[in-house]
Amino acid sequence: MTTTQSTATPTTQKLGIATAIAVSFLVLSGLIFSAEDVVQGSTVRMMYVHVPSIWVAYLAFGLTALCSAVYVSNRSRSLIWDRFAGASAEIGVLFVAISLVTGSLWGRLTWGTFWVWDARLTSTAFLFITYIGYLAVRRLGGTFTQRARRSAIMALLAVLEIPLVHFSVNLWRTLHQKASIADPNAKVQLDGFMLFTLFWGLVSFSMLFAWLLIHRQRLMALEDAVQDQGLDRAIQERRTEAGR
Amino acid sequence: MTSRMQTVRRVSLAVVRKDLRIEWSSKVLLNQVAPFSLVIMIMFAFALDNEGILQRVAPGLVWLATLFSMLVIVQRSFAVETADGALDALRVAGTEPLGIFIGKSLALMVQLLALELMLLAIALVLYAVEPTAMGYAETFATMLIATIGLGFVGTLYGGLGAGARGRETLLPLLLLPAVAPVLIGATRATEAAFGSGGAQSSEGWPWIGLLAVFAGVFGAVGALAFGPMIEE
Amino acid sequence: MDHASFIIGSYVLTIISVAAYAISIVRRGRKLGAITSDDDKPWI
Repeated sequence: MTTTQSTATPTTQKLGIATAIAVSFLVLSGLIFSAEDVVQGSTVRMMYVHVPSIWVAYLAFGLTALCSAVYVSNRSRSLIWDRFAGASAEIGVLFVAISLVTGSLWGRLTWGTFWVWDARLTSTAFLFITYIGYLAVRRLGGTFTQRARRSAIMALLAVLEIPLVHFSVNLWRTLHQKASIADPNAKVQLDGFMLFTLFWGLVSFSMLFAWLLIHRQRLMALEDAVQDQGLDRAIQERRTEAGR
Repeated sequence: MTSRMQTVRRVSLAVVRKDLRIEWSSKVLLNQVAPFSLVIMIMFAFALDNEGILQRVAPGLVWLATLFSMLVIVQRSFAVETADGALDALRVAGTEPLGIFIGKSLALMVQLLALELMLLAIALVLYAVEPTAMGYAETFATMLIATIGLGFVGTLYGGLGAGARGRETLLPLLLLPAVAPVLIGATRATEAAFGSGGAQSSEGWPWIGLLAVFAGVFGAVGALAFGPMIEE
Repeated sequence: MDHASFIIGSYVLTIISVAAYAISIVRRGRKLGAITSDDDKPWI
């Protein structure tokens, strides 16, 4: 069984199977079982992947900030917090990308255009870019402690930067352009089953996030271990060379 | 506590004097960054190719040119620190990090302000901008407050990757999204000051308020975060 | 269903990209798991 040598454990395997079933049900429910919206028609079906994706992105970036804060404030400076922060941010970037793409497809159907310079869209684009920057900071090199401290500070700065950007973009749109943009969610009248499907989407995507996070975090631990090994081997080689 | 404040003041004065002296002797700002921003302003004219549009978007172009030039100055400001391990030396010597932060921010602000005044002059000449007396007052207020914010945030992000390989290419990615509020606020305030697109000069002051919030937030956070950030 | 290509496309895109990411994580995990000792795997 590969369990003994990979990032999987019986618990994550059970979680993985449950997630697969939950997401499959979401797809069936979102595409077939749920009703069409009175105003938006079939396009409301986009909501069941779009909203859970951005939900996971917010969850992930929130967790990154939380783990970074714990890393900085915790005296032990345990690298596990740093790995959780990094793994979470990477998953968050993936899901914010997904929600930007699905959102612009949805926008094409409801607004007739892929992109509008609306405050929420623009801030989301900034969110995406900021965390790509965060991931780049993680790859700067140096020791694991250097990586952890740099990226923790970057993550905490992002927590500060995102509301400032959102606030100023909001001000820019509201003061600059009077025409308000139609909010796609505002028009939708959700019936009971549609609401249930949306809720199901949030739950199943959260399970997906948990599964990805656990595996990514463990993979990062292995990557760090391999890098350590490489370092040890290099030092060993130096020693034997010097001893000769 | 008072003795700590004195140390901070002494260190920051020493750092700002050192940075400006390096700049004065190397003249990188004058010989490289200023011509670079002049080229940017001329290239904008090529790209937009219309005098009416140029006059309308002049405030945005001035601030974009400022931000691009700022990237170069920040890189240089930390390249001189890390090239010969000067930052390590300061750290080992137990120098007050708050003093380093304030000193480097001040030096950056002085250089940026000089650059912005030059860009303003270029905009007046090349883009035919004609502010009123009130407009000039508003422009200078905008420049001063925006520059304080830019100085803090530039020093903060410049120090983030200090010493690491590959940070030169990373800085624009980190810094430009962070200074987006400054671009928005300063451009709107300057538009009001220049009267671009029929804007009234009274419309600019709320935006200057936004710039002040930005400067305050990043000044406070930089003061807290810079120490842990540069310790290795 | 109206706009089926956009709607099904966005579902497919979401699932494919997450699946590709998940598979790459698991595969890299297996590869690195084979060359590291069990001391590096506190979850076992």
